[in-house]
Amino acid sequence: MAKYITKRLLYLLFSLYLIITATFFLMRLAPGNPFTGEKQLPPEIQASLNEHYGLNKPWYVQYGDYLVKIAHWDFGPSFKYNSRTVNDLINDGFPVSLFLGVEAILIALALGTLLGIIAALKHNKWQDYGAMIIAVLGISVPSFIMATVLQYFLAIKWHIFPVARWDSFMHTILPALALASTPMAFIARLTRSSMLEVLANDYIRTAKSKGLGQTAITIKHTIRNALLPVVSYMGPLSAGIVTGSFVIEKIFGIPGLGSHFVMSISNRDYTVIMGVTVFYSIILLSAILLVDIAYGFIDPRIKLTSGKKGE
Amino acid sequence: MEISKEKFQIVGTRSTEAEKISKPSLSFWKDVSIRFRKNKLAMFGVVLLILLIIMAIFGPYMTKFDYRTNNLVNTNKPPGSMHWFGTDDLGRDVFARTWQGARISLFIGIAAAAVDFFIGVFWGGLAGYKGGRIDEFMMRFADVLWGIPYLLLVILFMVVMGQSLGTMILAMTITGWINMARIVRGQVLSLKSQEYVLASKTLGAGLQRIMGKHLIPNTMGPILVTMTLTVPSAIFTEAFLSYLGLGLTPPLASWGTMASDGLPAIKYYPWRLFFPATFICLTIFAFNVIGDGLRDALDPRLRK
Amino acid sequence: MEKLLEVKNLEVSFQTYGGEVKAVRGVSFDLHKGETLAIVGESGSGKSVTSQTIMKLIPMPPGKIKGGQILFNGEDIVKKTDKQMEKIRGKEISMIFQDPMTSLNPTMKIGRQIMEVLTKHQNMSTSTAKERAVELLRLVGIPMPEKRVIQYPHEFSGGMRQRAMIAIALAANPKLLIADEPTTALDVTIQAQILELMKDLQSKMDTSIIFITHDLGVVANVADRVAVMYAGQIVEMGTVDEVFYDPRHPYTWGLLASMPSLDNDDKSELAAIPGTPPDLIHPPKGDAFAARNQYAMAIDFEEEPPMFQISETHFAKTWLLHPDAPKVEPPEAVKRRMRKLASTFEKPVLVQEGKS
Ligand SMILES: Nc1ncnc2c1ncn2[C@@H]1O[C@H](COP(=O)(O)OP(=O)(O)OP(=O)(O)O)[C@@H](O)[C@H]1O
Ligand SMILES: [Mg+2]
Repeated sequence: MAKYITKRLLYLLFSLYLIITATFFLMRLAPGNPFTGEKQLPPEIQASLNEHYGLNKPWYVQYGDYLVKIAHWDFGPSFKYNSRTVNDLINDGFPVSLFLGVEAILIALALGTLLGIIAALKHNKWQDYGAMIIAVLGISVPSFIMATVLQYFLAIKWHIFPVARWDSFMHTILPALALASTPMAFIARLTRSSMLEVLANDYIRTAKSKGLGQTAITIKHTIRNALLPVVSYMGPLSAGIVTGSFVIEKIFGIPGLGSHFVMSISNRDYTVIMGVTVFYSIILLSAILLVDIAYGFIDPRIKLTSGKKGE
Repeated sequence: MEISKEKFQIVGTRSTEAEKISKPSLSFWKDVSIRFRKNKLAMFGVVLLILLIIMAIFGPYMTKFDYRTNNLVNTNKPPGSMHWFGTDDLGRDVFARTWQGARISLFIGIAAAAVDFFIGVFWGGLAGYKGGRIDEFMMRFADVLWGIPYLLLVILFMVVMGQSLGTMILAMTITGWINMARIVRGQVLSLKSQEYVLASKTLGAGLQRIMGKHLIPNTMGPILVTMTLTVPSAIFTEAFLSYLGLGLTPPLASWGTMASDGLPAIKYYPWRLFFPATFICLTIFAFNVIGDGLRDALDPRLRK
Repeated sequence: MEKLLEVKNLEVSFQTYGGEVKAVRGVSFDLHKGETLAIVGESGSGKSVTSQTIMKLIPMPPGKIKGGQILFNGEDIVKKTDKQMEKIRGKEISMIFQDPMTSLNPTMKIGRQIMEVLTKHQNMSTSTAKERAVELLRLVGIPMPEKRVIQYPHEFSGGMRQRAMIAIALAANPKLLIADEPTTALDVTIQAQILELMKDLQSKMDTSIIFITHDLGVVANVADRVAVMYAGQIVEMGTVDEVFYDPRHPYTWGLLASMPSLDNDDKSELAAIPGTPPDLIHPPKGDAFAARNQYAMAIDFEEEPPMFQISETHFAKTWLLHPDAPKVEPPEAVKRRMRKLASTFEKPVLVQEGKS
């Protein structure tokens, strides 16, 4: 167990190291980046950049310093606004994004598994077709279009929800729904196919041969096994939620980290792009690791020491 | 019971009969195609896709307007007999732009799938075929790359390398091929142990011949499904990047750029969003149902 | 003896892409209290479908009971709803499945899988059910049952899983136990132990058993009567002695000839039946076995043979028993063990339609 986690942690650190290195060197390639010093910058910003990155030192020293700073949870200054650092942006925006993200994940999980379970239990009946049409639509409509359409009809036209901003719980519902729509569709399809696979298993027939009723079989034998793949989908799911939040936060004017990131992209605020990318990578890679460890606890067949399914 | 005596002559086994009664064996792909064609949703996807491709080819020639000419007296005109899909904020014809955009969006999708295919088949095929240390190293490399969040990497690439068609496809495929490589490797490993490959190996057939003659055809099914599902995800990514302002630069039109230009105008000029958004959704839909249909048709367990 | 089960003219089909698979085509047999009936036949002959239909466990759709009756204690199971079946399954009739590796839920502890039956049918509280589960595991010969109840199936070996399966099947003292090739997936020594265990438990609990196998060698040890199935039909049925020492159907001859036996170590004579079973979507005209039958007569390709009765308990479905048929010699390996049995009728009697 400990051995497995250590191994996975090492992998995680290695992936992170690659990402940090890649961002560092990629940024130096970007036209108009702060590192080449071609542009005239306001003196205060130049000073803080000098201080943080040591721009007059050779690149390998800069690189080493950068790694050390990130290890100390310091993501550096902004290249456009003197008053703010990436850490400020994260502290300010991430709690909002996290709230939105968790709400969206909960919606996606609840609705997605529900749709998938209904579809599988009513396989090839109208409920199945209905659920799968909803799912295909969810996959086919990009989230920014979904968000705009939801906002236009439910908020602007029919006044059911507030149009934008982030003031009350009511303000969170629409963006969370829009953010959840695509992952929900994926989860619904995943749950359905995994349910169908489980239902075709011999042990379901055994359960039936014991005289258990449909409900007991579904709850005790089918759902638990069918949801295991959904648990392992949590990693990609959180990645999808993070990237989805970029557009959703922008559309609904939510002051989260996603909006800040999109703003920094249009401003070409290279140091912020770099810092936030590294921050998100840390979050996502840790999320994936946590999910995998949790999976090991949920599925008795998995011994975390080997990391493989054992028979 | 009246049965004539000669009916009770012993005649023994009938080999011809025994041959005939064994199941008529359809060839694998014929079987797949029958099952695929029974899937109404997938067939609908095929028809939709064919229509979209036809329009992408001929659409731009069906109107006298071209996609890049501004016409500042005719801005934001609603759909009508002159401009079938209306005009945008620079007075450009949305119909012409939509089908020009179709070309670019479909090209991006298909190019991304094709690049994934070549890298994935090469990497996965080589790893699976060589096995041992080489395999271990190649797949570890893929694992590490796989750990990197895909869209973040794409965004980073677009920011750094500038916004062009080439960078976009490159950025999308930088981790996209891994899935393909894994599938190919898995199939190669399982096929490698099978007799007919062993046989042709002992007969001295070269690597290329074995890959070409046995492995690739056998791996075709899952590869086809993956490619079909890569196209919509690439089209989706293109639209996403356009929305972040990292899409193609004007006057080039893709569905993504048109839709994100049209978003703020949804209240007053909804057609500017409606047409590109609808076609993005229809295309993603078509590829998804075709991919699903293919997967179901290829999976013999799902035979009803 | 009292009849526990009576299957009359059962027909079961599966709707597939290729057409309707007629898996069971008019099967009739009965079973007395405390009796063991073995059903033997090649792979695909419809043994599992027949037995699962008795518990209505075949997937419907694509499966469908096209006709016939299954009388259990005089009540027709075919007509019962799923809700009514819940009271019969596990309590009156239970089943041990072919593959112990896949028949247990991998994410549920063995103990809980046994307790489910007890709480459902015996109204036991969780704690008494737990004690009983330990007892049952001990009964089926699993060492240290207190430890084993809280383990998962993957921590059990194949033989132990099949024992756990038997514990589940016996938990509610069913009147009928269906064992579908319970030993096929196990190695020979474990096979013998499991068979011994089943016989032992049967004598203690007085259950009737339907024992399905394609291994004739096992049959002689466990069964009272034997039914031989081919292509969805019973082609010969009789007591163990009748089927082993006085077989009448050429398919049974083929099965017996291909069976290795102790008194016959001359391996060259082990003859497999040539050819493959017929397509059940388009069953052949006449006798389904004709094409593979070296004794086939012209009529076998035209008319389906009727059932002939050879003794009070012995039936066979072949034209060879017709008075006009020529006398044929069974294969050497079978002839060697043929015996004259006292109960045999003077002449085979044609069984009238609608009666068996
Ligand atoms: N769900 C199903 N759908 C379609 N056909 C089926 C289904 N289940 C069984 N069959 C068909 O019914 C026939 C009888 O199958 P069955 O499982 O009863 O054979 P069996 O005698 O038990 O063979 P084995 O010794 O291999 O277990 C076969 O031709 C099989 O293909
Ligand atoms: Mg069977």
